[in-house]
Amino acid sequence: MSLGSFQADFAAALFAADAPTGLARHPAFAVYRNTVMKGCIDALEANFPSVARLVGSDWFRAAAALHVAAAPPRDGRMLIYGDGFADFLAGFEPARELAYLPDVARLDRCWTEAHTAADAPAVDAGWLAALAPDALGTTRLTPHPTARWHWFADAPIYSIWQRSRTGCGLDDALAWQGEGALLSRPDHAVVWCTVGPAACAFLDACAAAEPLGTAATAALAAQPDADLADLLARLLRAGALIPL
Amino acid sequence: MISLLSAGLGLKPEHYDDAVACAAEGLWFEVHPENYLVAGGPRLRWLEAVRGAHPVSLHGVSLSLAGDEPPDAAHLERLAALVRRIEPVLVSEHLAWSAFGGHHFPDLLPFPRSSAALRRIASNIDRTQAALGRRIAIENPSHYLPIDGHDWDEIDFLAELVQRTGCGLLLDVNNVHVSARNLGFDAAAWLDRFPGAAVMEIHLAGHSTDPALGNSLLIDSHDAPVAPEVWALYRRLVERIGARPTLIERDGNLPAFGELLTERDMAASELQRVADVAEAAA
Repeated sequence: MSLGSFQADFAAALFAADAPTGLARHPAFAVYRNTVMKGCIDALEANFPSVARLVGSDWFRAAAALHVAAAPPRDGRMLIYGDGFADFLAGFEPARELAYLPDVARLDRCWTEAHTAADAPAVDAGWLAALAPDALGTTRLTPHPTARWHWFADAPIYSIWQRSRTGCGLDDALAWQGEGALLSRPDHAVVWCTVGPAACAFLDACAAAEPLGTAATAALAAQPDADLADLLARLLRAGALIPL
Repeated sequence: MISLLSAGLGLKPEHYDDAVACAAEGLWFEVHPENYLVAGGPRLRWLEAVRGAHPVSLHGVSLSLAGDEPPDAAHLERLAALVRRIEPVLVSEHLAWSAFGGHHFPDLLPFPRSSAALRRIASNIDRTQAALGRRIAIENPSHYLPIDGHDWDEIDFLAELVQRTGCGLLLDVNNVHVSARNLGFDAAAWLDRFPGAAVMEIHLAGHSTDPALGNSLLIDSHDAPVAPEVWALYRRLVERIGARPTLIERDGNLPAFGELLTERDMAASELQRVADVAEAAA
C-alpha cells in the first residue's frame, strides 16, 4: 500500500462513526483516535473559555467533538484552531435557546486574534494634538493590527462575554439591549471595552482607508447622537488606531 | 555549543518566570515552535526572555515529515523566521505524520516504512534543512499497534535517513520503552543497536497505562515522572554512546518548577558521571 493511501485510510478512520475496518479494528487504534480528538477539543476549550464557562465543560466538550469531526484543524497551530466554531454554534440545534452563544464565541475568537496579531505602536492623544486642527478631517488612520470590533444589535454580548471571560457570574442587573465590543492589544495584554454603533462604523471606515472626516460622517450616520470627541478619545485610549 | 548543553526541561507557560530566573548550570529549555508561530504579542516576548537567559531548543510537532507530501511551505517559512529570531541551539521533528488532505491531526501518526516512504521522507527532511539552513534531529515516535508493510527496520530506516540527508537523531528513551512493551521487543537490545554517533539529543518522559487495556498498552502521556525502567535504559545508553543533551518532557499533571528541576538534575548528574568516566579514560 502506498504511503498516501495508507494515510487516507488512517485519517478517515480517526473520525469514522461507523464500524472500524482494517487497522482501526485493533484495540490500540483508539489511542490515536482519542489523542487526536482530545487534542482538538482541548484546543477549542482553551480558545473559547467564555463559551465553555457559560455552558459547562461537559456540554462544551460534547459540542466541540461534533465540530472537530466535521471540521478538523486546517493548521498545525492549535492555538488558532476554531475559526469556524462560532458559525457551527449558530447552526447547532441544542444551542438554539442560547441565542447569544455564537456571538460570545466570536468575541473569544477576537481575543485570540488580538493576542497573536502583529505588534505596532498605536497613535495616542499627543500625536493627534500635534496635528493642525484643519488637517484632522483629511488625516487617515487605520485600525491597529490587533483591533477587533463588533456591534451586536440584539443582545448585551459584550457584558455576557466579559463577565464569563473574567469569571464573574451573570446577574439580573444585565440590561437586555444591543452592545458592541472593541478588543485590542496596544502592548502586552489584550484589553477590551464596550463601544456603540458609531465607534464600529468609525473603525469600519478607517479600515476602508477613509479619512477621519468621512469616518466621522459614517459614525454619525450609524448613531446620530454620538459624541465624536468621546468616541475618538476612547479609541485612542484602547490603542485601536495607527497611522496609515 | 551543543557540547556545553547538559540536561534541559520542556518549558510550559506556567513556568516562564521560574525558567527565566533559574541559574542552574547547563540548563536549557525546549518548546514546541507551533505555540510561537504568531505575528506578534506576548508569546514571542516570553520566549525571547527565556532565550535571553538560557539556550532554547525548538521541537516541532506538526511538520508531518512522514506524510506523502512536502512540508507546508507557509509553515516552513514561519518556522525559519522563528529560527532566525530565537537562534535555537537545537531544532528537531518526528518520524511521523500529522497532516493529510489539508487537515491537521494533533498526534504523531505511524506509517509503513517502505522504500518509497524513505525517499519521500528524505526529500522532506532535505527541504526542511534547506529552508532552515541547518541540520535537524529526527525523533523516534511511540508505537501502539503493529503495522503491515514495513520493508525497513526502524533503526535501519533512521540510520538511512541520516546517511541520505545528513540529519541527526533525537532518541526518546521513553518512546522506546513504551513501543517495546506495546509491540513486544526488547528495549535494551534495541537501544544497543541505535547509531550513537548521530544522536544530537535524548528525551526522557513519563508514561501511563491505558485505562481500558492496562499494563499491556503503555501510553506516552508525559504526565508523570520518568519511570525507573526508563532511567535504567538511559544510564545504559549514555554509558555506551557518551553524554548527550538530555531533556525531561512533562506536559500533564504539571508539578512545581522545583520538582521538575530535581528530576532534570538527576539527568545532569548522569551526564556528568559519564563525562568524568570518559575524561578519566582519556
